[in-house]
Amino acid sequence: MDTRIRPPSNAVVGRTVLGPDVVRIDIESPFIASRRRAGQFVIVRVDERGERIPLTIADSDARRGTVSLIVQGVGKSTRQLNSLPVGSRLLDLVGPLGRPTHVIERGRVACVGGGIGTAVIFPIVKALHAAETHVIAIVGARNKGLLILEDDIRPLADEFFITTDDGSRGRKGFVSDQLLDCIKSAQAAGTPLDEVIAIGPVPMMRAVCNATRPFGIKTVVSLNSIMVDGTGMCGGCRASVGGEMKFVCVDGPEFDGHAVDFDELTLRLQTYREDEQRALKEYMESHPPDPHSH
Amino acid sequence: MAKKPLQKKKNPIPCQEAGSRSANFLEVALGYSPEIAVSEADRCIQCKDQPCVAGCPVEIDIPAFIRLMRDGDFAGAARKIKEKNALPAVCGRVCPQEEQCEAVCTLAKKFEPVGIGRLERFAADFEAAMAHGADGAPLPKKAPPTGRRIACVGSGPASLTVAGDLVLQGHEVTVFEALHKAGGVLVYGIPEFRLPKAIVQREVDYLARLGVEFQTSVVIGKSFTIDELLGELGYDAVFIATGAGLPHFMKIPGINLAGVYSANEYLTRSNLMKAYTFPEHATPIVRGKRVAVIGGGNTAMDSVRTARRLGAEEARLVYRRSREEMPARKEEVEHAHEEGIIFMMLHNPTKILGDEKGRVKAIELIKQQLGEPDASGRRSPVAIPGSEFTVPVDLVVMAVGQGANPLIRATTPDLKCNKWGNIEADPETGATSKKGVFAGGDIVSGGATVILAMGAGRKSARAIHKYVCELPVRVG
Ligand SMILES: Cc1cc2nc3c(=O)[nH]c(=O)nc-3n(C[C@H](O)[C@H](O)[C@H](O)COP(=O)(O)OP(=O)(O)OC[C@H]3O[C@@H](n4cnc5c(N)ncnc54)[C@H](O)[C@@H]3O)c2cc1C
Ligand SMILES: Cc1cc2nc3c(=O)[nH]c(=O)nc-3n(C[C@H](O)[C@H](O)[C@H](O)COP(=O)(O)OP(=O)(O)OC[C@H]3O[C@@H](n4cnc5c(N)ncnc54)[C@H](O)[C@@H]3O)c2cc1C
Ligand code: SF4
Ligand code: SF4
Ligand code: FES
Repeated sequence: MDTRIRPPSNAVVGRTVLGPDVVRIDIESPFIASRRRAGQFVIVRVDERGERIPLTIADSDARRGTVSLIVQGVGKSTRQLNSLPVGSRLLDLVGPLGRPTHVIERGRVACVGGGIGTAVIFPIVKALHAAETHVIAIVGARNKGLLILEDDIRPLADEFFITTDDGSRGRKGFVSDQLLDCIKSAQAAGTPLDEVIAIGPVPMMRAVCNATRPFGIKTVVSLNSIMVDGTGMCGGCRASVGGEMKFVCVDGPEFDGHAVDFDELTLRLQTYREDEQRALKEYMESHPPDPHSH
Repeated sequence: MAKKPLQKKKNPIPCQEAGSRSANFLEVALGYSPEIAVSEADRCIQCKDQPCVAGCPVEIDIPAFIRLMRDGDFAGAARKIKEKNALPAVCGRVCPQEEQCEAVCTLAKKFEPVGIGRLERFAADFEAAMAHGADGAPLPKKAPPTGRRIACVGSGPASLTVAGDLVLQGHEVTVFEALHKAGGVLVYGIPEFRLPKAIVQREVDYLARLGVEFQTSVVIGKSFTIDELLGELGYDAVFIATGAGLPHFMKIPGINLAGVYSANEYLTRSNLMKAYTFPEHATPIVRGKRVAVIGGGNTAMDSVRTARRLGAEEARLVYRRSREEMPARKEEVEHAHEEGIIFMMLHNPTKILGDEKGRVKAIELIKQQLGEPDASGRRSPVAIPGSEFTVPVDLVVMAVGQGANPLIRATTPDLKCNKWGNIEADPETGATSKKGVFAGGDIVSGGATVILAMGAGRKSARAIHKYVCELPVRVG
C-alpha cells in the first residue's frame, strides 16, 4: 500500500454565495477533510504576501477530500478569499487546529449563532445531532438579508428559532431573548439544558453568558482572537479565562463563557484597527466590487 | 624567510554604517574581502594542539580550513568545513564564537583570537557565489537507496542536519514543518539584518536538490500524530526537533494590553510575515515610537534592534541583571549600542499601564541590585523597594525566555518528558523513551544555540542510521 502523504492541492473546487459578502468555499485537502472534528479550524494564507488568518472548518466531505469554509468579507484577507474563483488555489492551508468541541451525547443543548458565528456553530449542530442530542438552534442576524445557513441547520435541529434585530424575519430582538424563553420552558417541562453553546460577535456572546449565568447553565463560547501561527508559538491569541492566560489557538477556541474576560478580548481585537482600514481601502481601490458577484 | 610580526587584533568586519542601517533591514555585517580574509587566515599560527577544534561543538578542522584560505583556496576551505558543518554560512554569522572556538584559540591568551567565524562565513559565501548561475553547489554522491523512510518534525537547524546526513546515506527523508516556510528560528526568529533569509533558503534548496522532501504547513500532533507517522504512514523512524517555541510572559498587570508582544510574535510578524513592508505584505505590526524590550538574550537584542528599524525613536532594552550577565552575543550588543539602543540594566518591569483604548502607554520599572551569588554562582538581582518609576512607551516586547510546546507531548503519551516539558533523550544518540523516536535541539536542551542543535542532530543521524539499518526486513 502506498502510505505517502500527498501534499494537498488546496484547490478551490466549489464556491457558493450565501449572502451579502458571505461565501462558502470548498477546498481540496484530503487529510484535513478526513480527520477534522467539529469546532476545529484551519489557518489560511491566500498568496505570497498574504496574512495568516484562522477560519472554522464549517463542513467537510471525506470522500471528495474537501473542506468547506464560510467566510465573511470584513477586511482585505477575507474579501480576497471570497473573490477567489473555482480552479484557483490557496497558497497555504494548515490544520485541523484547535481542540474539537466536547460533543455531549444524547443530551439537551442550545446552540446559538449570531452573524458569521452561525457558520461556526453549524458543524457543532451537525455533530450534536449525530450524537443524538436534542438540539435547540437559535440563529440571529441584524436583518433577514444577513441570515445564513437557515436551510442547513433547520433539518438538524429539534427546535429552531430565528431572531432579527429589526424583526424582518423571525422574532424581533436578540438571540439572548429567545434563549431565555427556551431555558425557561425547558425548565418548566422538567427537561433542563445540559449546555449552551454561543458563537458570534463579542457583545452577543457576552449577552448570552449574562442570560445563562443566573441559571447556572454551562455556557461555551468560541473566541475569535487574532492569530498568527495557530500552534501556540506566538501568544498573540492569548485571552484571560478565569484569571488565567490561555492561548486560544491551542487551549481553545472554545472556553467557559462565564470565565472569559470579554472586555480584554474586545480591546485586543482592535489592536490593528487603523492598519486594517488602510489595507482594506487600498484593496478596494485596486479591486472595485464586481457587480456580477451575487 | 623572515616571518612578519603578528597582527594583534582581528581584522574588523566591514559593516553598514550605524546611522543608515538602523533604518533598514539589510545585513549589518558585510563580510570580509578576499584580501582581508587571507590576511586574517595568516594570523593563525597553526598551533600543534589546536584547541579551537575542541571548542567547536561539531569539531570543524579549523587549522586545516584556515590553511587552505591562507593559500587562497577558498572553495577548498568551504569543502573542508562542510565535512563537519552543513550550514557554515549560517554558523559563521550567528555562532557565539567568543564562547566557543575563538574563546580557546591560542592567540586569545595574549591577543585577539583568530576571526574563525568570519573566515567560515567568507568561505561559505565564496562557495555559494561561485555556484551561482550553475545549478547551485555540486551534489555529493548518495549511498544506494535503503528503502527506509525517516520523518523529521520541525525544520530548524537540528532537523536540517539530520535530513542532510540521512539522505546521503540513501534513506528517504521527509521534513514536516508547521509554518509555511522551512528553517525554524533561522527564518521566523533571527532577523534579516543578522541572517539574510536567502542564505537559509539556499541551504533548504540544497537539501531539496539532494532529495529531502519538505512538507510545510503540517503540524505534527494535529495534522498527524507521531504514532501515525510510525504506523499507517510507514516511517521507520522519527526525529523530533520542534524547538523551544512556547513564549513566556511575566505575570504582571497589563500583560494583555494591545501593544504587548512576545518576542516570538513580534519577530514572526516582522521576519516571517514581512510586516515591516505593510501594507505591501498584509500582516500588520505595532510600530512603536517608544519601545521597551524586556530581556537580555539574543531574542531581546533582535527585538529591540527590529523596533529601531521599524521607526522607534526610543528603543530601550530593560534587563534585570547587569551588562556582564547578558547572555546575548557580544558583537550584537556592540552593534545595538552603535544603533542607539538605550540599555537599562538592573531594571525590571512591575506593571504595564494602558490608556482608555486598552493600548500600552507606559511601563513601570523597579531598580534592581545584585545580591549574593546563587547556586549557579551568578549574582541574582534583588528589587530595591520604593524605587519604582514609569517610562512612557507604546510597545512592550517580552523576551524573557521560552519553554517547550506541548502539542506533541499531549498526543504522544508514551514519550517521556521532564518537568519542564522537554523531551528526555540520550545525549549520545537522541533516543527517547519511545521506540523509533529520536529527539534533539532546543526541544531537548531548552533554548540553546544553532550549532548545539546541529551537533545534537549529527549524533541522532548516526543513531537513526544504525537503528533503521538493523530493523528487520519489512514484509508485504
Ligand atoms: C478560531 C477562529 C475561527 C474563525 N472562523 C471564522 C469563520 O468561519 N468565518 C469567518 O468569516 N471568520 C472567522 N474568523 C474570523 C476571521 O479570522 C477574521 O475575520 C479575519 O482574520 C479577518 O481578516 P481580514 O484581513 O479580512 O480583516 P481585517 O480588516 O484584517 O480584520 C477585521 C477584524 O478581524 C479580526 N482579525 C484580523 N486579523 C486577524 C487574524 N490574523 N486572526 C484572527 N482575527 C483577525 C480583527 O478583529 C479585526 O478587527 C475566525 C476567527 C478565529 C480566531
Ligand atoms: C530570536 C532568536 C535569536 C537567536 N539568535 C541566536 C544566535 O545568534 N546564535 C545562536 O547560535 N542561536 C541563536 N538562537 C537560538 C537558536 O536559534 C536555536 O537554539 C535553534 O534554532 C534551535 O534549533 P532547533 O532545530 O532545535 O529548532 P528551531 O529552530 O526552534 O525550529 C523548530 C521548528 O519546528 C517547528 N515545529 C514546532 N512544533 C511543530 C510541530 N508540532 N509540527 C511541525 N513543526 C513544528 C517550528 O515551527 C520551527 O520551525 C536564537 C533564537 C531566537 C529565538
Ligand atoms: S561552527 Fe561555530 S563554533 Fe564551530 S568553528 Fe564555526 S563559528 Fe566556531
Ligand atoms: S587555536 Fe587559534 S591559532 Fe591555533 S590553530 Fe586554532 S585558530 Fe589557529
Ligand atoms: S496564534 Fe500564535 S499562539 Fe495562538
